[in-house]
Amino acid sequence: MNRFTSLSVKSLFTVLGWIGLILLLLPLSNLSSPETWILLASLATLSIGVVGYAYFQYRGELPGIKNNGVFTNSLSARGVWGWSVGVLLTAFYITLYFYPEWLGYRSEGASVGMVALFDPLSQLLNGQPASQWFLYGTLYTLAILVFGVKFLIKYRHSRYQIIRTGSVMFFQLGFAFLLPELLTLLHPDTPYFAKDFKNMWPLNYYFFEDWHVKNMLNGGSLGLFTLGMGLAMIFIISPILTYRYGKRWYCSWVCGCGALAETAGDSFRQLSSKKISVWKLERWMIHVVLVFITLTTLAVLWSFLGSPKNPTGISREIFSYSAIVFFSLLLAAIWFGKRNELHADARFALVGIGVIIIGILCIQLFSGDRHLLGISSYTLRKWYGFGIGAAFSGVLGVGFYPLLGSRVWCRFGCPMAAILGFQQRILSRFRITTNGGQCISCGNCSAYCEMGIDVRSYAQKGQNIVRSSCVGCGICSEVCPRGVLKLENGPVANRTDRPDYPLGNLMDHLDAQ
Amino acid sequence: MNDSPPLIIVGNGIAGTTLARQARKKSTRPILLISEEHPYFFSRTALMYVYMGHLTFEHTQPYESHFWKKNNITLLQERVTGFDPQKKEVFLAKGETLAYGDLVWAVGSRPNRFGWPGEQARRVQGLYHKQDLDQLEAWSPEIKEAVIVGGGLIGIELAEMLHSRGKKVCFLVRENSFWKSVLPTEDAALLNQHILQHGIDLRLNTELERIETDEKGNAMGVVTSKGERIQCQYVGLTAGVHPNIDFLKDSTLNCNRGILVNRFLETNLPNVYAIGDCAEQKEPVAGRRSIEAVWYTGRMMGETLAQTLCETKTAYQPGPWFNSAKFFDIEYQTYGQVSSTPKPDEENQWFWQHPQKNILLRWAFHPDTHRLMGINSFGIRIRHEVMHDWLLSDTTVETALENFPAATFDPEFTQNYQPEIQAAFQHQFSH
Ligand SMILES: Cc1cc2nc3c(=O)[nH]c(=O)nc-3n(C[C@H](O)[C@H](O)[C@H](O)COP(=O)(O)OP(=O)(O)OC[C@H]3O[C@@H](n4cnc5c(N)ncnc54)[C@H](O)[C@@H]3O)c2cc1C
Ligand code: SF4
Ligand code: SF4
Repeated sequence: MNRFTSLSVKSLFTVLGWIGLILLLLPLSNLSSPETWILLASLATLSIGVVGYAYFQYRGELPGIKNNGVFTNSLSARGVWGWSVGVLLTAFYITLYFYPEWLGYRSEGASVGMVALFDPLSQLLNGQPASQWFLYGTLYTLAILVFGVKFLIKYRHSRYQIIRTGSVMFFQLGFAFLLPELLTLLHPDTPYFAKDFKNMWPLNYYFFEDWHVKNMLNGGSLGLFTLGMGLAMIFIISPILTYRYGKRWYCSWVCGCGALAETAGDSFRQLSSKKISVWKLERWMIHVVLVFITLTTLAVLWSFLGSPKNPTGISREIFSYSAIVFFSLLLAAIWFGKRNELHADARFALVGIGVIIIGILCIQLFSGDRHLLGISSYTLRKWYGFGIGAAFSGVLGVGFYPLLGSRVWCRFGCPMAAILGFQQRILSRFRITTNGGQCISCGNCSAYCEMGIDVRSYAQKGQNIVRSSCVGCGICSEVCPRGVLKLENGPVANRTDRPDYPLGNLMDHLDAQ
Repeated sequence: MNDSPPLIIVGNGIAGTTLARQARKKSTRPILLISEEHPYFFSRTALMYVYMGHLTFEHTQPYESHFWKKNNITLLQERVTGFDPQKKEVFLAKGETLAYGDLVWAVGSRPNRFGWPGEQARRVQGLYHKQDLDQLEAWSPEIKEAVIVGGGLIGIELAEMLHSRGKKVCFLVRENSFWKSVLPTEDAALLNQHILQHGIDLRLNTELERIETDEKGNAMGVVTSKGERIQCQYVGLTAGVHPNIDFLKDSTLNCNRGILVNRFLETNLPNVYAIGDCAEQKEPVAGRRSIEAVWYTGRMMGETLAQTLCETKTAYQPGPWFNSAKFFDIEYQTYGQVSSTPKPDEENQWFWQHPQKNILLRWAFHPDTHRLMGINSFGIRIRHEVMHDWLLSDTTVETALENFPAATFDPEFTQNYQPEIQAAFQHQFSH
């Protein structure tokens, strides 16, 4: 097919996509309960539109890197289209989080409009009417699936990308979307959070919260399984996996936020800022998030343990002492084991964070206040829920895809990324190996790194890339025209070495005369 | 800080910039980096990606602008017209003179032109400098059909660039295969086929006769050595490059094709050096050419000269040769020596090619000892470190094949072809 017929076929699929979107929005105007066929037709045309467009976009071309025009296209280069999509997405998130009634959600009685449109699907999956979150979850999963297919076509030459994308699609559809719904169908009386076992602190920052823990404790064997699984994830499985494979096992293979970024966000990955100043900001933010989430969690546990109904039998004092010992040992271990691998500012951050956390715990222990730091954990949580949970991950995180790139949340706000990243930097076999002296400083790797890592600055010096923020998407390695970068797991020793020169120059072996 | 006359480096390409950076690491002496092309160092090799929309021009600059200030390297965008080695001064186009302590020429190359009729017409150019790229961008709306002359690395890049923007490309290659001077037959054939698959009108055994112009002096078409007339609105001249030293021809600097240097990168004049594309080795390193116009050698010369200028006099001694390129979708890497037409008693070659995919691996080894001499790899990434060690340590081709997975650098999960390759080799050489 030549360029021009393929162009008109592509327009056809664009129109289909728009029809799907309009169908989806149709019930907004007519708030009575919408018909099932509209939902089906809408989701089908949306999917066919995206997948068909992608298919005809790439089918005429041989397998390989497809970045022609990325920085001249209006959508992917912050042009009019980019801004429009950004505004639309942001508006959607604001509505979803703060004005769900506009979508037809009713806190009392049956929902109407767009939310009601999803009732049939919700009934089918979990036996209950749809909420705005069910609507969101469905669209979110659909986006990952259809843009996942697009990504698969685009990267059909790369097995790493195919397997990885298959993995995020699988985890989103199976574990994040279908499983909890189906469990609701089977155990309608158990609380939702007793069966959400993809759940892991601190991404699900409410894991240790009073209601959540109770939810799980009251959820029978399923709830206990979820609790056990959650604890095992945090303290055993995650550290082991991160040690062996780096944080990518989660961030670009499993996580739902990552899944959306890698699929629907793929067209925007190049928009992340690579400036050194932004990297500085990132480090500040992520460390603040880390301290904040740790303190919030400690505060929550503190008040939980103090409540008369505390079922665990662990007293506040025992808890505080063990927490202080734990953090001190951790700090000491890193300091004495890894100090030499860290830059001055990383050491500063390490000691700073440790001192803050341990300090606050001590103050708490000796003052015996009912609330950590005198602020009720409820207030802290509310702020966190708003600041991080909603405003950041949704509105900024996804709404601003077309303006700031696809991983804003993962880079600046995600507490999970912060913790896994910390481990990746300190104790992991993962690194991106630089292939000797082959780098030509072209800049493709840096430009397409969604995490804003200036990959080239390492590669051109012949250094490996060991960065806490790297999610292991592997795109830098794909776009490198000289085969310079390889994501791999290997011995921890020497992975952060800095050679004086890239490989290839033997001058040192000569006796200078 | 000291007030001695500065180290003046003319040319802020990879050679000059590496020298400036490495010298700054070792010394506090004043450093002045002069270039007429652009105030900041950028990656020349990435110019194609700017035209194709993969990158913006800013992306091609490895250092942010505050880097230079922070490292106390002074930048100057000016053309240097000559120098006086007695007074130790360089002359700027604006008429100023600047005193130097040491002077380094790192002025790069220039595209070859062979006096073709019509080569000065509008919409005819070589691709080397940023200005060439800007020119091409400005002409782009006028271009529907393009002819590219010269089957080398820059030629194929230009073909890919124009093709990516929907231009019809005709590619004239004088030899019977693309990049014949470097690649053995089958390797080149793989590329010929790939070029055609991308819809490029590849014409082998064809030379440029003349360029035709309209009454306004715009290129309108070319006539080939076979007498064919090809209509086009653009002609890309990419038949190689030569050292950019015309402006130094009248000086007392010893030049041949490039500025002649000894193994310490010293010219015939005291305190004057040359590195990068413009330097020509009086006594080339064994087995290597006297001018090697590639990125990596420019970088290594910069590293070496920084040693000499700052602490210890050091000879230029590159390790085993390596290079890489990408031809549309096919990645190519080479290590060591793989001749396009090997002499039977000096170099034996053996290759394995995937029956469908664009993968080809060619091994060069000594006919008697089977010592590994080099490798060409298409479609398989090779680990530089391992190859570097093998080439320095008398590894046999058998050992290399045995341990081939250790020498690959493909992304995880990529298929490993070692069993097939090894079996094919044994089949052929086991008796
Ligand atoms: C399109 C293209 C693609 C390439 N791709 C590859 C590749 O993939 N791999 C590879 O190994 N090599 C590649 N090369 C070759 C590689 O880019 C060169 O070998 C390398 O850039 C040479 O570096 P240099 O520092 O010697 O000179 P240059 O990069 O040429 O720098 C010299 C600088 O000096 C300036 N200058 C010259 N004269 C004066 C003067 N009188 N006054 C002031 N300034 C002056 C020039 O304007 C220029 O900025 C490519 C070249 C081109 C053009
Ligand atoms: S460094 Fe590479 S693998 Fe890591 S996040 Fe950036 S592009 Fe992905
Ligand atoms: S993409 Fe590859 S060659 Fe280009 S700067 Fe990055 S590592 Fe170097």
